[in-house]
Amino acid sequence: MHEIKFKVNGVEQIASVESRLLLVHLIRENLSMTGTHIGCDTSSCGACTVLIDGKSAKACTILAVQANGKDITTVEGLATAEGLHPIQEGFKEAHALQCGFCTPGMMLRAVELLEKNPNPTEEEIRWGISGNLCRCTGYNNIVKAIQYAGAKIRGEEVPSTEPEFV
Amino acid sequence: MIPEGFEYAAPATLNDALALLAEYGEDAKILAGGHSLIPMMKLRFASPTHLVDINNIPGLSYIKEEGGYLHIGAMTKEVELEESRIIRDKYHIFTDASKLIADPQVRNFGTIGGNIAHGDAANDHPAVMIALGAEVEITNSTGSRWVSIDEFFYGFYTTAVQQGEILTALRMPALNGKSGTSYHKLERKVGDYATAGVAVAITMNDDGTCKSAGIGLTNVNPLPLRAKRSEEALVGTRLTDEDILRAAQYAAEDCSPNDDLRGSEAFKRDMVKVITKRMIKKAISRA
Ligand SMILES: Cc1cc2nc3c(=O)[nH]c(=O)nc-3n(C[C@H](O)[C@H](O)[C@H](O)COP(=O)(O)OP(=O)(O)OC[C@H]3O[C@@H](n4cnc5c(N)ncnc54)[C@H](O)[C@@H]3O)c2cc1C
Ligand code: FES
Ligand code: FES
Repeated sequence: MHEIKFKVNGVEQIASVESRLLLVHLIRENLSMTGTHIGCDTSSCGACTVLIDGKSAKACTILAVQANGKDITTVEGLATAEGLHPIQEGFKEAHALQCGFCTPGMMLRAVELLEKNPNPTEEEIRWGISGNLCRCTGYNNIVKAIQYAGAKIRGEEVPSTEPEFV
Repeated sequence: MIPEGFEYAAPATLNDALALLAEYGEDAKILAGGHSLIPMMKLRFASPTHLVDINNIPGLSYIKEEGGYLHIGAMTKEVELEESRIIRDKYHIFTDASKLIADPQVRNFGTIGGNIAHGDAANDHPAVMIALGAEVEITNSTGSRWVSIDEFFYGFYTTAVQQGEILTALRMPALNGKSGTSYHKLERKVGDYATAGVAVAITMNDDGTCKSAGIGLTNVNPLPLRAKRSEEALVGTRLTDEDILRAAQYAAEDCSPNDDLRGSEAFKRDMVKVITKRMIKKAISRA
């Protein structure tokens, strides 16, 4: 067993973990934070995406011991007392989710994307979320949600988010 | 899916890591980015008794040109290659390849050293290293040695890195003068392993003839393959369409792809031919 110390959404955590415990299980089971989903469990779908020191990561492919000393953000950490995170607002406004299973991972991935590139082109957004699968929306409204959040973060007027019915 | 039990250590120095590898013996494995190893451990294709995590060892991550070489530290992450100024300005082959390797989350963790040490002909960096004529630095408790990429891959998942050793760096001749490089792979969807991939590096003489050519192939052969006949078919020529087509034809003939879920053998040979032709042209256009 390993004693590890890490932060989740700004809160210090200490846990005693087996070497083989995966980060996603530490988050979901030990910490009971079930916003981080498990889709494929084979590193393909991105439903388990969290931020580790600001970098988007597939938590099903990282060992819990590797979180020692790290700062983790999950979907539960996006909203603040002031309200929704711009990406959450974008998803709501642009109707970017249907079943919602991919949404937490998609949003955390988008947070890092916008952190690095606050004004991405549509192509950059589509490449940027290429590790996140959505089986419902067809992605168009997810792209709009990320554009909305980008504008909001840049302090510009938000684009129209008329949902697309195709 | 959960890996079989193992002991985990994250040493802070290279010497400590080497000592641990020596102590644990053949059932120990190095953990770099973990994005090939952990999926295999979850599927129980690999069940090491010990993992030696080398992420806490400083000094293994860098990209620099020095003494006529481009040096890349083993722990340099894919995303660091993507974002490096020198790579973007000069070594377009990495920019081409990085974009096609997995997805952004995987590239935040996967390392170039792990990509090569994994010893899988489906990975993209081996062909890139072949095209660039790279050498691999392997370190053990008695010191380091450089191994040519042509002598690095032994078989499926086996390489020149022996038990108790760590791949520490890569170096390749710095691109100078009229040189151009390119990489492309055909993939079924973004982030898939290659159906067929081709890496090309071309250097021209002042008179417009081809001075040197490096061509590496991804996932169309049991080992990452140097398309030797294709390279020889280009050197000294004026790189006419006819010369390029001949080189592409040789690459298609000299690889040995399998029929599998990514396509038939014949289809893959055709794709090798098409991509080789295009990548040679692209490399020339960048020279
Ligand atoms: C969904 C997905 C898609 C992918 N798609 C692609 C793709 O399209 N193209 C591609 O090339 N790769 C792909 N990969 C693989 C990915 O790029 C891996 O990160 C890479 O192959 C291995 O690098 P790593 O640092 O993660 O190594 P690890 O997984 O940590 O290690 C891999 C192997 O190499 C050994 N090793 C690692 N580093 C060293 C070292 N310095 N010295 C000695 N031995 C070492 C380990 O012991 C292990 O046996 C994909 C992975 C995933 C999960
Ligand atoms: S559950 Fe981790 S990538 Fe699908
Ligand atoms: S909203 Fe259902 S998978 Fe994306």
